[in-house]
Amino acid sequence: MNMTLTGPKKAPTVGIENENADSVFLKETVYETSDLNLWYGENHALKNINLDMYQNEVTAIIGPSGCGKSTYIKTLNRMIELVPDVKTTGQIKYRNRNILDQSYKVEDLRTQVGMVFQKPNPFPKSIYENVIYGPKIHGIKNKKILDQIVEKSLKGAAIWDEVKDRLHENAYGLSGGQQQRLCIARCLAIEPDVILMDEPTSALDPISTLKIEELVQELKKDFSIIIVTHNMQQAARISDKTAFFLNGEVIEYSDTNTIFSNPNDKRTEDYITGRFG
Amino acid sequence: MKLINKNHVVKKMPTRLAVNSICKGLFFLATLFGLLVLAILFYRIFTQGIGHLNFDFFQNFASRRPEEAGVKAALIGSIWLMAVVTPVSLLLGVGTAIYLEEYARKNWITSFIKLNISNLAGVPSIVFGLLGLTVFVRALALDRSVLAAGLTMSLLVLPVIIVAAQEAIRSVPRDLREASYGMGATKWQTILKVVLPAAIPGILTGGILALSRAIGETAPLVVVGIPLFIAFLPQSVMDTFTVLPMQIYNWTSRPQEEFQQVAAAGIIVLLALLILMNSIAVIIRNKFQKRY
Amino acid sequence: MLEPKQTDTYSVQQLILEKKSKKRWNIEKLIPKLLFLTAVISVLITIGIVLTLIFETFIFFEKVSIVEFLTGHKWLPFASTPSFGVMPLVVGTLKVTVIAAIVAVPIGLATAIFLSEYASEKTRRIIKPILEVLAGIPTIVYGFFALTFVTPVLRDIFPSLDMFNAISPGIVVGIMIMPMIASLSEDALVSVPKSIREGAYALGATKLETTIKVVLPAAMSGIVASIVLALSRAIGETMIVSVAGGSTPSMSMDVTNSIQTMTAYIVQVSTGDAGYGTTIYYSIYAVGMTLFVFTLIMNLLAQFISRKFREEY
Repeated sequence: MNMTLTGPKKAPTVGIENENADSVFLKETVYETSDLNLWYGENHALKNINLDMYQNEVTAIIGPSGCGKSTYIKTLNRMIELVPDVKTTGQIKYRNRNILDQSYKVEDLRTQVGMVFQKPNPFPKSIYENVIYGPKIHGIKNKKILDQIVEKSLKGAAIWDEVKDRLHENAYGLSGGQQQRLCIARCLAIEPDVILMDEPTSALDPISTLKIEELVQELKKDFSIIIVTHNMQQAARISDKTAFFLNGEVIEYSDTNTIFSNPNDKRTEDYITGRFG
Repeated sequence: MKLINKNHVVKKMPTRLAVNSICKGLFFLATLFGLLVLAILFYRIFTQGIGHLNFDFFQNFASRRPEEAGVKAALIGSIWLMAVVTPVSLLLGVGTAIYLEEYARKNWITSFIKLNISNLAGVPSIVFGLLGLTVFVRALALDRSVLAAGLTMSLLVLPVIIVAAQEAIRSVPRDLREASYGMGATKWQTILKVVLPAAIPGILTGGILALSRAIGETAPLVVVGIPLFIAFLPQSVMDTFTVLPMQIYNWTSRPQEEFQQVAAAGIIVLLALLILMNSIAVIIRNKFQKRY
Repeated sequence: MLEPKQTDTYSVQQLILEKKSKKRWNIEKLIPKLLFLTAVISVLITIGIVLTLIFETFIFFEKVSIVEFLTGHKWLPFASTPSFGVMPLVVGTLKVTVIAAIVAVPIGLATAIFLSEYASEKTRRIIKPILEVLAGIPTIVYGFFALTFVTPVLRDIFPSLDMFNAISPGIVVGIMIMPMIASLSEDALVSVPKSIREGAYALGATKLETTIKVVLPAAMSGIVASIVLALSRAIGETMIVSVAGGSTPSMSMDVTNSIQTMTAYIVQVSTGDAGYGTTIYYSIYAVGMTLFVFTLIMNLLAQFISRKFREEY
């Protein structure tokens, strides 16, 4: 694994300081996006994106639908390549290596960067099988280790107590919120470095949403989390930094507190105060 | 002045409604026609054939004397045929379906392959027989063997299996694939561990329906030259043999009245086999239906 | 909630790194190639069919002139001075196909209309599987039914009818292709959007008027395509006409006499003892080629119709 940890190379204008004022510790940069452009055929979907994201932080991406936020997060693990006719320019450096470079194996990237999707998408298999899917495809076959992984991952996703007695039942018997936490557990099972969440609560009821939000707070101790959400309150509640996307551009990116209390850009303010979107 | 005479409209209404009812009745009768034919067909065959359907009928080989004629060779032969058709057609059919759905790029080769498959499905079965005769029986010198007949039949049912497997693969939700890719799985791992398991019920249902077509087909085997009359069992795929539809054809085309009853008995066996296979397909379909 | 990392006895990422082998990438490259090969086989079959027919037909045309084959009005391959004019076989095939169409098109269409416009969901769920059964019955069974039931019944009504004739197999072929027309046409009717029907109902049109004046025209391309496909199936149908149609090639338009279709001729030669390499042997390829061309044109036509006139709703 590419473990050489380097500090931010360019001087970032935002996000250096921790919210705790006494800390002057510079957080590790996980993702550095520079001059990213993306086209779906003729449609210019992402325009000159420049964003840095930091370790053990929750970075929220907000914006009205069609603003490119989903496209952007899917570019971070190159899931976007599943869409035919996509073209990109610019760079996304993950731990200092450009992931848009085709010599970077997507499988390696996605082993480091897990993803949780809009709709809970467990496999039509048992809960146990769902969690060990990742480790198994990566060649881990030892039953004892797999058992440990299952327990640890389900605990990590705060669902262990609910499912420990029915690990071998079909995952489709779980409620929507449980399914989504199972998907998070499935993602944790390969101990990724970063977890991408693409509107993970958009299909869930308020109580399940709350549970996931609490979980995200817990998870950021061990992982870096990037979350796309259409729910501004959610971004305000759980994130450290927020990026506001509009028409494929980053309008504003700074500490969540700043964005929600004192936005720089008129358009950010309009969106946050609910004037559009 | 009004453009529409309301009285006129009102006066005409009962007639229009009556015509509607009459036509509804006619449409219903037409629908009943199919059911009626099916009922007559089953009734006729059952009453004609049931007399011959006994334990001996399954024990005996074909014979010149109707009372001694049996389906042993044909029934076993049909099972041999299935044993060749199943692996060959499933392997080729599912492989092609995976290629077309998962790997094929949008180019002229792909559209050519797709055009081919849709046209192949419309080629008369007897023409597949001519292909089998030339390629398998003569060119590859497989003679009139189980293998030659089985390969011919595999090609015949291939389009059916490809289309069924394509539909089954297509119906696997996209987000399951994304979940797998998101874990760092490769394409083939995703297909093998996620797509195929989810598509298996559809593939099996289509496969069984295709196989039941192979079981009931006669024309290509006639052309390939499978004998109509045989009194031994094949020992390997290189031996010659006969199948149920061929045996039934043989009995049907004999002038004696008694052989028609033997043919009806043979048809009962064939239909029972088909009903059995279709029931399995229905069970699979219901058991696995729509879990996502 | 998450256990502290330092107490771990292993790291999953570490394990993944250890297990990672080069082999995986090779399989990823190999599999698409293997699957492509299986796809190519379907193309090879088509090419094989075409080449087989062309080569053997070519040999046949070295023995019999193509002009005689296409224009001759006598098909007497077994005569001492044989003649190979394919028209009588084509006429036999067309007679059966026309009769089949007369039976199958109205009944199939009416069934489709009933199922899609009038029947309740429950009725549909009963009738559709029965139609599937009807479509799944082996053709040899239909042949037996034509010979032992339909022909005797018809001869009771019309005593002048021959034992082998065009009517009986024609009717039974019609029964065989009827479910295909019913089910494909029903698909076409069902896919007409509700809103179009509602527009007509709102004007006070009866169900029948809505169906005939609004729904049928909107679904016409699908219906026509289904009929063309079904007739192509009728042309290629073999066992019913072999068993009940007879083996007398004839140019006459009379449907009460024994006939021979293209398919039935191929069966007759295949079950006979015409040796390999004889003119008769090659003639089945020429007849097969004719049959193939007929059905191919009809299939392409059906595809063209359903693609070209696909309604944009």
